[in-house]
Amino acid sequence: MDEPVLVADGLTRIHGVGCDRCLETTGPLSDTNRCSACGAVVAMADVSFALHPGEILGVMGESGSGKSTLVKVLHGDLAPSAGSAWFTQGDTRHELFALNAAERRSLRDRAMGMVHQNPHLGLNFQVSCGGNVAERLLMAGERRFATIRQRAERLLARMQVPIERMDERPGAFSGGMQQRVQIAKALATDPPLLFLDEVTTGLDVSVQARILDLILELQRETGTAMIVVTHDLGVIRLLAGRTLVMRLGRVVESGLTDQILEDPAHPYTQQLVSAAL
Amino acid sequence: MSVDFGYLDRAAKKEIRRCALKALAIPGHQVPYASREMPIGRGFGTGGLQVTLALIGPSDVLKVIDQGSDDSVNAVNLRDFITTTCPGVTTTVRTQDASMVQTRHRIPERPLTAEQILVLQVPYPDSLVVVESSEARRRVMHGEQDYARLLVKLYEDLVRFREITISHRYPTRINGHYVIDPSPIPRWDVPKLNMSETMFIFGAGREKKIYAVPPHTRAEPLAFDDVPFRTEDFRDGNGKRRQCVHCGADDTFLDEIHGDGGVTHQCSDTDWCDQRRAAQPRHAEARHG
Repeated sequence: MDEPVLVADGLTRIHGVGCDRCLETTGPLSDTNRCSACGAVVAMADVSFALHPGEILGVMGESGSGKSTLVKVLHGDLAPSAGSAWFTQGDTRHELFALNAAERRSLRDRAMGMVHQNPHLGLNFQVSCGGNVAERLLMAGERRFATIRQRAERLLARMQVPIERMDERPGAFSGGMQQRVQIAKALATDPPLLFLDEVTTGLDVSVQARILDLILELQRETGTAMIVVTHDLGVIRLLAGRTLVMRLGRVVESGLTDQILEDPAHPYTQQLVSAAL
Repeated sequence: MSVDFGYLDRAAKKEIRRCALKALAIPGHQVPYASREMPIGRGFGTGGLQVTLALIGPSDVLKVIDQGSDDSVNAVNLRDFITTTCPGVTTTVRTQDASMVQTRHRIPERPLTAEQILVLQVPYPDSLVVVESSEARRRVMHGEQDYARLLVKLYEDLVRFREITISHRYPTRINGHYVIDPSPIPRWDVPKLNMSETMFIFGAGREKKIYAVPPHTRAEPLAFDDVPFRTEDFRDGNGKRRQCVHCGADDTFLDEIHGDGGVTHQCSDTDWCDQRRAAQPRHAEARHG
């Protein structure tokens, strides 16, 4: 098997000062993520996994389970309290949290993409859709106007955004279309790793289906590895080969998606699956 | 050079000189300083005035211009104030005779020399302020050379107007790192910053920042590889380069004047225009005849 694109080891994020007892007093067994000794909130603790090229990993859990924290830490929006992550690109292996801010940003601009639940976080509504895609290309160092223009056209066409509307601002578009523009922007630099944070939440079912189809097609074409965060079992079933189930900051169950959905082992997963049916 | 001279007290003078030195050592970096209260309102050139007062000595010859003119209100008042408070300082309108030039919105047409210092009055020192409102985040962006959003502005201009429409305050990269706001000088003057003989010191009084472009330093306006930067061309509807109505110059930055006789154009740098006219034989005859 290929070397993993991303390896996470013991990722932990504690909000607050923290103490020695934070980890033992929180988690699913204690039924809280607030440390009874010092009051710090353990948003995520001891999360480890490996993601292989072209793989889609699902992260499932209810609100407050730490799934968005995981993505934010890996994308560099939030610093971890403990743990490490290695990102492999070609022959180079980067220890994500050992890089300085400028290196981290440059790696993220070139090799990672992020699609947020809310298009307002991922898109700049003051500039056109083409300009949004251009921003990613400019961040990655492209300085030829004609090349930027062509590439933005191709990407938006690929995401089924009408080209004749590419110079309009995202505010003029429907929610589903804004989300497709956001995906085009995230994919502008052909990143080997893409984070999708609740991308279809809040969209109607037919629009959801179209976006999920596009994501699957893209994944087959480009072999981009993805981490898909969602609380929607349908999305997990459709996209993810493997899944982590999180609760109160801990991974309570992980394995092949089919297995988890057909035969959930952890009581919490059982509850989730039966609730969806 | 003595610190006991002129309007500013010792501490202010030392601090502003230190900041100016730091600014010269890190070309394009905005150095924060404790901007003093001045007897003119903030926004009327207090930044440039403080830099001038911190650097000037009794043997200096000073020229002050506003939009290229020595006679406009801002220039006249600043010149009067400096000569009143700094005994020994003389003033001139002739660019080549000045040892220091304080300016608002223009760089003189005549190339400056290594013996001269140009001080610019700056209203908005940060080039990133148009895309990011938080100063804390702007500082990180400068540190990481994160200027993609400024280039997105240029992209949007090209898409909408097929032309970059920034007329003044054109974002310019200094020494391959920091992108500065070169104060509201027109595009015409931006190339003069590049590999210049003289040093440019920018003072922003209200925003409390000093920055500099030292001599022999690269100053590159932001642009795309296939859409290069260009200056104003001053062509009329027929594609002909407009000329100054007074001196006939067709290679200077022109002001558009709306008067009784319609629209005319004249040199924005009045000293350059006057010196050209004085050297023209027709003008000399008229004076003697």
